[in-house]
Amino acid sequence: MAEKWYEKSGEQGGEVISSRIRLARNLKKYPFPNKASLEQKHEIAQSVKRAIEESNSVLSNKLSFISMEKLNQTQAASLVEKHLISPEFASDRAGRYLMLSDDESISIMINEEDHIRIQVIDSGLSLDGAYDTANNIDTLLDEALGFAFNDKLGYLTQCPTNLGTGMRASLMLHLPALEKSRSVRRIAGNLTKLGMELRGTFGEGSDAKGALYQLSNRITLGLSEHTAIENLKNIASQLIAQERKSLEELAKDLELQDVVYRSLAILKSARLMSNDEAMKLLSNVRIGMTTGLIERSNFAALNRLNEQVQPATLMTANKKDMQPQERDIERAKLLREEFKDY
Amino acid sequence: MLCQSCKKNEATTHVKRIVNGSIEEYDLCPECAKKLGYTDIFSSLQNEWNSLLGSFFGGGLPSRSGATRCKGCGSSFAEIAKKGMVGCPECYDTFYEELLPSIKKIHGNTRHNGKFPSSSGKQLAIINELEAMQEQLNEAIARQEFEKAAELRDRINELKGGKNNG
Ligand SMILES: [Zn+2]
Ligand SMILES: [Zn+2]
Repeated sequence: MAEKWYEKSGEQGGEVISSRIRLARNLKKYPFPNKASLEQKHEIAQSVKRAIEESNSVLSNKLSFISMEKLNQTQAASLVEKHLISPEFASDRAGRYLMLSDDESISIMINEEDHIRIQVIDSGLSLDGAYDTANNIDTLLDEALGFAFNDKLGYLTQCPTNLGTGMRASLMLHLPALEKSRSVRRIAGNLTKLGMELRGTFGEGSDAKGALYQLSNRITLGLSEHTAIENLKNIASQLIAQERKSLEELAKDLELQDVVYRSLAILKSARLMSNDEAMKLLSNVRIGMTTGLIERSNFAALNRLNEQVQPATLMTANKKDMQPQERDIERAKLLREEFKDY
Repeated sequence: MLCQSCKKNEATTHVKRIVNGSIEEYDLCPECAKKLGYTDIFSSLQNEWNSLLGSFFGGGLPSRSGATRCKGCGSSFAEIAKKGMVGCPECYDTFYEELLPSIKKIHGNTRHNGKFPSSSGKQLAIINELEAMQEQLNEAIARQEFEKAAELRDRINELKGGKNNG
């Protein structure tokens, strides 16, 4: 099996878990998904599949073609937990298809809100690399399929919020110190004015599980891909610098040190572990590794565990449906094994 | 449909989420959606767009649009405004004037300034980018940000020299 993006750690791996680029595209010849028939959706999917197969690129060997109708609820939910598809895409699966690379770094959702959503994820801070890959797939598909495009409005999308580049660039960031100082909401408010968005990755509204946040651009019309990515990197580096400074301050505090070491101890020995608790403890251990309180740092393992402890992903890995308590037992076991040498 | 939370108001927000490994769906009224924190996370942009279009639409429709239907998909502007979704690529030509104010509100811009597919002629992309950069350059000079201005001037020269391949 190819190594998954979340099994690695990249540039600025302490604070930046992953980089993601998503491009929204539609075929010229078909109505948007809300007006397309089921038959048209199947046709669209088949032509995307063919375009990839006939491209003779490395892609054709890397991507598998999955009919969402053939997946069960748990498998579909696991793909959401791993950020490969949207909850919307997982819930109504008729006429929807997914092309997924074996390392899970490339996913192409077919017939989501737009005909095609190309998504490339990579670990760490690597928006440029992710964009290059997405851009190449886009060019290749456009040549075969002909995307809807207008000189003034750019790529045409079902929802005008995505017009222009159709690009959403995002970074998954670990921001525990900013969260503790209660500045996330204020920062998020200011970012909205700059055309960006900061919100919890897991969980709803303002409370983010595991202090994990998603920073992304909102404006797609009028800014080039390059500018949007540069702006995002610029804001991210300011956020990271601020986070680091506050975290170094906090790390001098015995209370935080106690929290970090206790969290590691619980991970090493608990017999029952809920998803929420696991996310919290993993975040505390990440704090320990970022600040050097825990000497042996392995961000790649933390990235992988963030996915593995999610309920549907846990059940998919165990190849069976499990009751909540069974999952808590299995999750605790997985974590004990992982942290036994720390 | 009534809101599944308060069971009093009309539900307007359909929420899908993954809870404990399974997919759950809810219909909520705007207040409950807000209270439960769904407004931030569940396609806030989509809602914004809906309300933009809705208010625009409610504020008096250009008379032409009432009867006009898109040749590509048969949508009327009223249908698009109600759904908050555009019907097909051709709708953007048919209802360009009607859509433009909302597009401007969302993006603050009305002109694409990014990748052009090769089929549409790359020259345009460069012209658009040049125009935008010339504007930024003028602003930078006006604000006496000379370092930024120098950087922009270099990039403009680069584009004019045809070295740009993006
Ligand atoms: Zn309600
Ligand atoms: Zn149409």
